[in-house]
Amino acid sequence: MAKKEYSFYPGCSSERKASASNYMVSVYAMCEKLDIQLNEIPDWNCCSASIGYAEGGELPRHVMNARNIALSEQSNSGQDIVATCAACWLGAKETADRLDASEQLLADTKEVLREAGLDVHLKNETPIRHMVEVLIEDIGYEGIAQPMQKSLEGIKFAGYVGCQTNRPFGVAGESFENPVYLDKMVETVGGEAISDYEKKVTCCGGALAFSEPEKSQKQIKEIIEAAYDQGAEMIVTPCPVCQMNVEVYQNQINKHYGTKFHMPVTYYSQLLTVAYGGSAKEAGLDGNIVRAKKLEEIASK
Amino acid sequence: MSVNTAMIEKYRNDFLKEVEENVEEGHWVKMCMQCGVCSGSCPFGPHWEHPPQEIFMMIRAGKRDEVLGSESMWMCTSCYNCIVRCPRELPITHIMHGLANYAHRLGLAPKMNPTRRFAKIFWDNIAKTGRVNELGLSLNLYFMDGFGSGVKKATAMAGVGVGMLRTKRLNPFALVRHKGVQNPKEFQSLLKKAKEVEDRRKGLAG
Amino acid sequence: MSETKTAMYICNGCGLGDRLDTDSLGKLAQSEGKCTIVRQHDFLCNRDGVDTIRRDIDDDGVTHVVIAACSRRAKTEAFGFDDVALGRANLREGVIWVRPDTEEARETTQEMAEDYVRMACAEIRYMQRPEGNPNTGDNKRILVVGGGVSGMAAAVEASKAGYEVLLVEKSGELGGWAARLYKRVPNREPFSDPQDTGVEDLVKTVEHDKNITVFLSSVITRTSGAPGQFSVDISAESGTTSTENVGSIIQASGFSNFDAARLPELGFGASADVVDQAGLELLAGKAGDGPITRPSDGKEVASVVFVQCAGQRSDKPGHLPYCSGHCCNTSIKQAMYFKDTNPDVDTLLLYSDLRTPGNGEDFYRSAQRKGVTFTKGQVREVQTANGALVVKFRDMILDDDAEARADLVVLATGQVPNSGIDIEPAAAEDENEGSGVDAASNNNAAVEVPLESVLNLDYRQGPDLPHLRHGFNDSHFICFPYETRRSGIYTCGPVRRPMDIAQALEDATGAALKAIQAVENASLGRAAHPRSGDLSFPSFRKEGCTQCKRCTVECPFGAIDEDEQRYPVFNESRCRRCGTCMGACPVRVIYFESYSVDTVGQQVKAVQMPDETEEKPRFLVLACENDAYPALDMAAQQGLQYSPFVRVVPVRCLGSVNTIWVTDALNSGYDGVMLMGCKKGDEYQCHFVKGSEMAHYRMSKIDDTLQQLQLEVERVETYEVEITDIQRAPKLIDDYVNRVNEIGMNPFKGF
Repeated sequence: MAKKEYSFYPGCSSERKASASNYMVSVYAMCEKLDIQLNEIPDWNCCSASIGYAEGGELPRHVMNARNIALSEQSNSGQDIVATCAACWLGAKETADRLDASEQLLADTKEVLREAGLDVHLKNETPIRHMVEVLIEDIGYEGIAQPMQKSLEGIKFAGYVGCQTNRPFGVAGESFENPVYLDKMVETVGGEAISDYEKKVTCCGGALAFSEPEKSQKQIKEIIEAAYDQGAEMIVTPCPVCQMNVEVYQNQINKHYGTKFHMPVTYYSQLLTVAYGGSAKEAGLDGNIVRAKKLEEIASK
Repeated sequence: MSVNTAMIEKYRNDFLKEVEENVEEGHWVKMCMQCGVCSGSCPFGPHWEHPPQEIFMMIRAGKRDEVLGSESMWMCTSCYNCIVRCPRELPITHIMHGLANYAHRLGLAPKMNPTRRFAKIFWDNIAKTGRVNELGLSLNLYFMDGFGSGVKKATAMAGVGVGMLRTKRLNPFALVRHKGVQNPKEFQSLLKKAKEVEDRRKGLAG
Repeated sequence: MSETKTAMYICNGCGLGDRLDTDSLGKLAQSEGKCTIVRQHDFLCNRDGVDTIRRDIDDDGVTHVVIAACSRRAKTEAFGFDDVALGRANLREGVIWVRPDTEEARETTQEMAEDYVRMACAEIRYMQRPEGNPNTGDNKRILVVGGGVSGMAAAVEASKAGYEVLLVEKSGELGGWAARLYKRVPNREPFSDPQDTGVEDLVKTVEHDKNITVFLSSVITRTSGAPGQFSVDISAESGTTSTENVGSIIQASGFSNFDAARLPELGFGASADVVDQAGLELLAGKAGDGPITRPSDGKEVASVVFVQCAGQRSDKPGHLPYCSGHCCNTSIKQAMYFKDTNPDVDTLLLYSDLRTPGNGEDFYRSAQRKGVTFTKGQVREVQTANGALVVKFRDMILDDDAEARADLVVLATGQVPNSGIDIEPAAAEDENEGSGVDAASNNNAAVEVPLESVLNLDYRQGPDLPHLRHGFNDSHFICFPYETRRSGIYTCGPVRRPMDIAQALEDATGAALKAIQAVENASLGRAAHPRSGDLSFPSFRKEGCTQCKRCTVECPFGAIDEDEQRYPVFNESRCRRCGTCMGACPVRVIYFESYSVDTVGQQVKAVQMPDETEEKPRFLVLACENDAYPALDMAAQQGLQYSPFVRVVPVRCLGSVNTIWVTDALNSGYDGVMLMGCKKGDEYQCHFVKGSEMAHYRMSKIDDTLQQLQLEVERVETYEVEITDIQRAPKLIDDYVNRVNEIGMNPFKGF
């Protein structure tokens, strides 16, 4: 298969020593095996995330994303923009849609970019895609299986799709209420997917994990509990916010609810990297606070 | 204004028009058919004093102060469940964001609402360098109610922080040095300009 | 009459030949069944099979044909020999398809088949080929009563189909309510704006149609006769009366508006600025494209509140319990009158459930886009003090007491049918006793409707069509819309059920087709729906009649009158051939050529009754041919099974079941008798309206007889079975069989 190139929007959490740095490690390892080349958008900025709305308002948010789109169109012309973070993908895609729908907003955005002295030209013609879309649509399940060296046989995964990879845009051909691509990916690399995982698309609280910790942790507790109830040994997710929220508060939840959660929360890219013969380090497994022991064992074989 | 005349203005279109003109996606509010699916789909539904369905009705009923001063919209986790389920395809998430933002700009949003305050800290954080400084963000959040309470919260969250540090997912030096976009000044002026244009459009200038 | 010659044809197709010993069935037909000709065929419904039968009829003088093959409901075209008396033995759906193909079942299955052959032979012996109604009329003109949208549309449709129409309108001009509307709810894409009513065009079409004769300012002062031969007096306001003959009648007498003066709590009457929807149409018509002004002082209306369900969908005394269906769309349209002229007018619409049928959902969205505010609210009161209108309501979404001030308030009141005089008020009261909702509907009597007869029928049952529910003239509106309980008279439009213009137009087309069907059937001496095409008609043996009048009273269609000596006079053209009269007759003198006390009674007796020691009980199932029998056929098609001990006899209607069949069955040793009829009561699905109900009533009387005979009452049971009860019907049979088996065998066996 010929090498595939994409304009890559990694996002803030993916940076070195940031909350999803291990996600990024595994993404790069995975892409290498799949012969995917990621060309980072030079000097990209934050997407403003969802929570940016309150102070940022409408136009500043769109301007931030428009800047990234314009930079991509300038430096990585002709390449689809690919994001690994749900919020980055959603933010950029939403802006692209909104500017496409409103001439006024597009004109205002262009005006702002121009007047701020940015030497960029916004065309807003670039498809904005999530990494899972690239895997499913451009590589395909057969293609995903191709570089496999090891099977993840014997591990039960609760595929936690969460919100923003799933709504409002989602992945073509999947339902909002029960998307199945994550389960199919798990099965493709030999793992066992809990296909009727009850909390598959339940919200973890997102940014409100910071501002409303009790309410969010109640959500998170249910998400983990359902995974245990249905026999999962680890959770797998495509979203860095989901990953962090579900992973890092387990001790606090244990303290508050008297639970004994110790549930590893992994990324799909970590699963694929291990299946492709990558080491635990290459798969970023050393970045998991709750260590995914069974996955590490397979990686070390 | 007497109590009586205040009552008379209810169920008129004044506030609806204001929302349509100034709130992101506000022109959709009139299209709600009051089925309540949004309210039933919200993960934080029970925590909303007025779920979206009610907010829409309150706007139509002209309850301006109650709507803009409500904590409700600040409960939105941006999960988009309401959007995908709304049979009338209202962009409910965005309308809630828009209302919160509008209330915030008018200074009518509840002052002590934690999400409002976090959102401001978050924005200031990204506006400074163009990228999130996660350590700064957390510390600012924990210390937003003053030093004493901050130490308490930070201590409570210490376990989380240590875990993040140990797995190299938090940068302890970000306080002193955080890498953002190449030209933060230019980025800041970009946002400033955007705000100016938006305020002009929405008649919020000055 | 020529000599009777009976032939039986036994089909071996569809597995019948494999599953049954058809040779012995043939022998049985010859010996016990007295069939002159008995033939077997491998594929009876194919060309060769049908030709075989045809040849026997044409060349050999066969007068009576029995087809032992599939159900009488199958292959009706192939076996449609209408020049002979025709019987069917149901060996496929009635026998092999409801029994397992096993060695153990073989004997009982064969016995079933043998009994059905015996039964068919017994039936045919007492059947004659129906000759058709001799007293038929062939007038094909159609009378339409009512010159509104429904009536005009019916007239135009009938005319387009080539029929002459008389259109009678009470008022001085055509158009009805629709002509008084400013605009109508849209019926075209994109369903977003009020639309011209189109009534003027319709009026012109009627006026220019040479097939249609219009009588304005006229009413019907007398109607007599029957399908194909009605005679009506059309009396004009001027005092002249003309007598006309018509073949069928469409009653499109429409509706009156609910009297809003009955809603003082909503301010009607207290303020001129509280109007009903009709009032708003007048204001809008007056304003044209300009702003609508309020009646009290001519001020331009800046705010208007619409109150939905005013005096309707309410169980309060004097209110209408039903939904009039059009009013939500109408209020939406009226709110647009304001918004389209001036978007700044505040339009608030208070509803409890917004109901926008048809493409109304698009219309609703369009109104929302135009800025009409919709609120789920229950209006308590409209205050009118000092000329200021204040609508007090409960906001059901905000769960809050609220109020809105308005320049104008519009009450969405309902439609009250112009259905003439209620001929059964006392009966209706009895039926409704004990049920809360219907008790409320009785209060409709309190609703002011002009109590003039619409048709002035010269019938013993009364001058108008019976009212069904809430004062509407209708028979069962899902199973057979437009049909009424008076043959040859059809209803359409809001007199039948509440409706809007779009629905009325469709309704009119349906009723016109029914009216055409009626005149065509009548001219050929055939029955109307649901036994459309039936040539049989009732007769009676006068010498046995005791003049008890039961047949005349119980006929659901008013088809039987009495002569001076109180003997029944059958009006064959009005008769629907249900046989309810036959079921009612205590002395069993009423019969049809092809359906009589004997044709069924002899079948019952023809079944071979095993004696007690054989442990083979026998059950008789009398199944309505409209619902229960098809349900059993479909169950058979689906491979559902039931007991081999039942023998099913189809009946035209449960109303035709004469109790002698039941007592004879028990006397001859049947262990139980099941009656399967249609749903009865308010939600009846009986094609003959009262048949199922009559049967239930009559069978309740049979219990006494059973007790006198020292028999358990469970040996006779009556069930309501719908055509969709495909799973349930066989289960009902098996449950019943098991229950009676527990009681034990009929002690009369072998006597």
